[in-house]
Amino acid sequence: MHIMEGFLPSPWWQIWFLISAPFVIYGLYQLKILVNERREALPLLAVAGAFVFVLSSLKLPSVTGSCSHPTGTGLGAILFGPFITSVLGLIVLIYQALFLAHGGLTTLGANVFSMGIAGPIVAWAIYRAGTKTGINTFVTVFLAAALADLFTYVVTSVQLALAFPAEAGGFMTSLVAFGTVFAITQVPLAIIEGLVIALVFKYIIAVRPDLLVRLNVLTEHAVERIREAAA
Amino acid sequence: MKYGLELVVVAVLIIFAAIFLVQNAAIQANLGEDEEAWGGADGSAAEIIEESGYEPWFDPIWEPPSGEIESLFFSLQAAIGAIIIGYFFGYYRGKKAAE
Repeated sequence: MHIMEGFLPSPWWQIWFLISAPFVIYGLYQLKILVNERREALPLLAVAGAFVFVLSSLKLPSVTGSCSHPTGTGLGAILFGPFITSVLGLIVLIYQALFLAHGGLTTLGANVFSMGIAGPIVAWAIYRAGTKTGINTFVTVFLAAALADLFTYVVTSVQLALAFPAEAGGFMTSLVAFGTVFAITQVPLAIIEGLVIALVFKYIIAVRPDLLVRLNVLTEHAVERIREAAA
Repeated sequence: MKYGLELVVVAVLIIFAAIFLVQNAAIQANLGEDEEAWGGADGSAAEIIEESGYEPWFDPIWEPPSGEIESLFFSLQAAIGAIIIGYFFGYYRGKKAAE
């Protein structure tokens, strides 16, 4: 999903910076509130950030014969919402752009949008909708994280197709070409990411259910039900 | 089912590993001398773009000079994340056990 350094021409790289900036700025504002008012949740924030670090460093082989990596942003989005997660995504993307030449500084705006904003919004929306309808919590977490991962790569394909429409066929032809490279490779990885994050969610419920209640991620009633089912 | 979710994860990982092995055998059989399978999707997208004659207008300010050094930084990235996750889960667990 990383658009490589210099691979977005003007005006696209500026446009994506402009679109991403408000999300990150609001994320920093929310982060400040979290640090001041919910200090007890900071370890969980560290874990969510660490998760993006670990998962986005693992390049996994997919069935299509190429490798790609999960994003790990679903957990942060479920726990802290998409704005704070965009800050976590930004940190990881800067690390990779500086030390690994993976992604880039000029394409940072576009990459933050796909990985740090678009994916997390999907995860957050699915999780919120799922908890309202009363579907099993772990199924909801799985769907939220897996579809966030997949959507990140769909957005990258759209970003590239917008910047590089095919001479014959234009935007749609390009979208199919990039979508084939990114989105299809990503399907198995998205499934694995969804499962891993569901598993971690289970462990968080096991050790600190009170934090999840305080962050409004789960109701006390839901925690009770899950603990009874596990006992 | 106390470990139901864990079992699902293990089962899916085994299925994916099996698919990978079968697929890899098929790909390796059809591969030319200098070709390499299992490259990165990011690179494939860059190739599509470069085929259209596009030249990247900005180069990375620093590139890992070899594959080994690149993998060093990827491992470091995973290690930083893993130690944070492990530390806090251990901390919470220990605290709970002490109560």
